[in-house]
Amino acid sequence: MEDVAFWVLAVAAVASGVAVFVVDSMARATFALLASFLCVGAELLLIDLHYLGVLVILMMIMEMLVMAVFMVMYMMNPAGLMPMTMLHNTRGALAISGGAFVVLAAGIFTVPWPERAGRPPRDPTLALGESVMGPKMLVMMVIGIAILATMIATVVLATHRGRYDRDGAP
Amino acid sequence: MTLETFLLLAAALFCVGLFGALSQQSIVMLMMGLELMINGVVAAGAGFWFWVSPGTADGQVLVLVAITVMALEMAMGFAVVTALFRARDVDMTDDAGDLRG
Repeated sequence: MEDVAFWVLAVAAVASGVAVFVVDSMARATFALLASFLCVGAELLLIDLHYLGVLVILMMIMEMLVMAVFMVMYMMNPAGLMPMTMLHNTRGALAISGGAFVVLAAGIFTVPWPERAGRPPRDPTLALGESVMGPKMLVMMVIGIAILATMIATVVLATHRGRYDRDGAP
Repeated sequence: MTLETFLLLAAALFCVGLFGALSQQSIVMLMMGLELMINGVVAAGAGFWFWVSPGTADGQVLVLVAITVMALEMAMGFAVVTALFRARDVDMTDDAGDLRG
């Protein structure tokens, strides 16, 4: 049962990932990307990562809705009304990504992966929480500072320039 | 459902994203390719946690970091696109080749 769910979700995740670059409107591409994220979130739920799976699902719904707004702002082709190509160097990109996939797949099936160490805890969320608030607290602190720095940097980048060009601006 | 199949899913997502990041002309679409690549990293991290070392929470912490990176990448990307668009009316990668070597 879980195997079937895994394969269905995996195929759906990759197929909607491909659809992102195949559909001819950026709004549709955004929702295809959302579908891919939702499938990966469901895959995490399959391997007991309930908190992280739900986190991915909820966060990506919000993130893709914000992205859809930006799509409307910067869209080259609003609703697929005016079919146009948005690609350059397709052949080179296909060769590089196809080659990367072959190399990765070869590595996946030839590397002798280590034996499984330990059993999954009864409550992985509790283990994650205790780890993040205990031995791995430095990670959490760095994440916090990185988020703060990003908030400041995005506001600085996205607002109009400061006081120095107020009078000289054309 | 084994470690290999899970990693294969991650590799497929990563390579589809790589194709997008390399081939898209619109900067926003390029960022969607990057998101798809990090999506693969999330899947791989979760797979490694479950099949290699479920006893400790290190893999879960790594997934948490990857999810954060995904959100921050999108925020910074949109800020850069907005700044670029405001300064030069540019939203295509070909017009933003300032760092071309």
